[in-house]
Amino acid sequence: MQHLIILPVLLPLFTGVALLIHRGGALTLRRTANVLSTIALVVVGILLVAESTDDTIRYYALGDWQPPFGIILVLDRLSALMVMLTSVLALGSLLYACAGDDEQGSNFHGLFQLQLMGINGAFLTGDIFNLFVFFEVLLIASYALLMHGGGKARTHAGFHYVALNLLGSMLFLIALGVIYGTTGTLNMVDISMAIPSLSPVDLGLVKAGALLLLIVFGLKAAMLPLYFWLPRAYAAAPAPVAALFAIMTKVGIYSIIRVYTLIFGEQAGPLANLAQPWVWWLGLATLALAAVGVLSARDMRTQVAYLILISVGTLLAGIGMGSEAALSALLFYLIHTTLVSGGLFLLVDAIAQQRGKAGARIVQSRTLTQPTMLGLMFFAGMIAIAGLPPLSGAFGKALLLQAATTVQQYWLWPILLTSGLAALIALSRTGSTIFWRASGEKTGTTLGPLRAAGALMLIGCAPLIVAFAGPITAFTQATAAQLLDRDAYVQAIIARGDTGGDA
Amino acid sequence: MEALFATTTGILAASGLYLALRGRTFPVVVGLTLLSYAVNLFLFSTGGLTTGKAAVISGDAGEYTDPLPQALVLTAIVIGFAMTAFSVILAMRVRGDVGSDHVNGNRIDEPREDKS
Repeated sequence: MQHLIILPVLLPLFTGVALLIHRGGALTLRRTANVLSTIALVVVGILLVAESTDDTIRYYALGDWQPPFGIILVLDRLSALMVMLTSVLALGSLLYACAGDDEQGSNFHGLFQLQLMGINGAFLTGDIFNLFVFFEVLLIASYALLMHGGGKARTHAGFHYVALNLLGSMLFLIALGVIYGTTGTLNMVDISMAIPSLSPVDLGLVKAGALLLLIVFGLKAAMLPLYFWLPRAYAAAPAPVAALFAIMTKVGIYSIIRVYTLIFGEQAGPLANLAQPWVWWLGLATLALAAVGVLSARDMRTQVAYLILISVGTLLAGIGMGSEAALSALLFYLIHTTLVSGGLFLLVDAIAQQRGKAGARIVQSRTLTQPTMLGLMFFAGMIAIAGLPPLSGAFGKALLLQAATTVQQYWLWPILLTSGLAALIALSRTGSTIFWRASGEKTGTTLGPLRAAGALMLIGCAPLIVAFAGPITAFTQATAAQLLDRDAYVQAIIARGDTGGDA
Repeated sequence: MEALFATTTGILAASGLYLALRGRTFPVVVGLTLLSYAVNLFLFSTGGLTTGKAAVISGDAGEYTDPLPQALVLTAIVIGFAMTAFSVILAMRVRGDVGSDHVNGNRIDEPREDKS
């Protein structure tokens, strides 16, 4: 199955375009087409992960232009894992959306598929300009999805989001221009081979380009000075879109991992590991501030958005630690946090719909229609996201704490553990206000089967990750080893001896 | 030529950045557009500035300009145009929904609209 690698891009592209063309078609038909296409993506994702486990790095040369000249899609363990994670998260949020959120505005289904195409493309591409193009595809779809349903809060948050990301895209282009001007190539592997032989004059330019890229990826990932757009945008977005956006910060995290292990990794000579100190300190600072944010949130949606920021801070700190063990731990944590925080967005929306006027605000209100079911789900999600045993968050955090060296422990342990405590305090306060300090009759609508399925599927991943922690850890360890083994990656893409070099 | 090119790019970028930091949506959109022009010019120059050379490799031409930046600029222009159109419409929508064209929704110095 040589063409399997391009399917995660082509499948959503064709479905998305077809859905946009037939936007007046029967609703059931559009929903079915979207769900079937997403299920197919899950299957493709599983096949890709299965294919990547033999540790060979495969690439797909578009138009058969061989690297470094053509654009390539690369499949390694990390890409396969991210594609599968995206499809599972998408299926959960799509099921939830099909209960009615998709009809609040137009073109939800088409945009949803185009969004998936952008995300999958960003995870698979091996060309840095192509990464920019896929970033734009996913951003353009996300602009429209964020404002799906309209309303004051959404357009307002939307304008900030669009303006910031346009600036980000321009910085991305400047960084690419600098890197292309000095190294003469855009293929990531080829850039990484060109860097050790750069002249000292060009070295400074490439360094500037590399750090500009960090700003761009930091904006996407919501790293400290660049995260202020996130709580507002995510809290304003419709629930299924916010749930899908849980993977968007991870696109930034993925790009940081990819670019700063492959291009500016150990072998980059004077530029080796140049992003790590930045990512480490900014990650810790993000973590600390997000913990304060979780405590101060007055609205459940904002609170979940800050929980996403906690996870971003944790992941960034993990990247900053720079060891194989830390990389493996953060990948485990990434799987958990993406699925569970997506599920929490859905759950919070379901709770808000049963509370009448109070909505998602953390205030005393009337009793929920289904307090037991939603309460149990909230309890499970809260334990998982705050990182308490026995659910998945505890494993991810424990692995990360274990991976820290002695010096790193002084910083990581108190900040990570305190942020967990802050999340726990804030979420217990929210939970007791919503479920216990409620009075009055039940008036809200009950949770439909589709909504319940979507939220349950994502939150249910927390115990599943624990149940399969053995194989998942084995996979993430192998992924981390593969990421740090740059020579094997280069060998797989370009055998330099054959082409004789392009000087 | 290099000096002129660099100055133009610099002025465009500086004006764009200044406008993008303004408080109202229209200057912000214009600023983002100017910035994207600056970025396009910059990308164009990354292949080196030459005149009178073939744009693609041909059999007899010894020297040629790098065609890749031109392809990159073309992509960037297409995306930039689409995004400008989108942000203009969005800015109008914000004006309609929020009732103010301030980026943070302030209405303090908004002149009253005469509905007569």
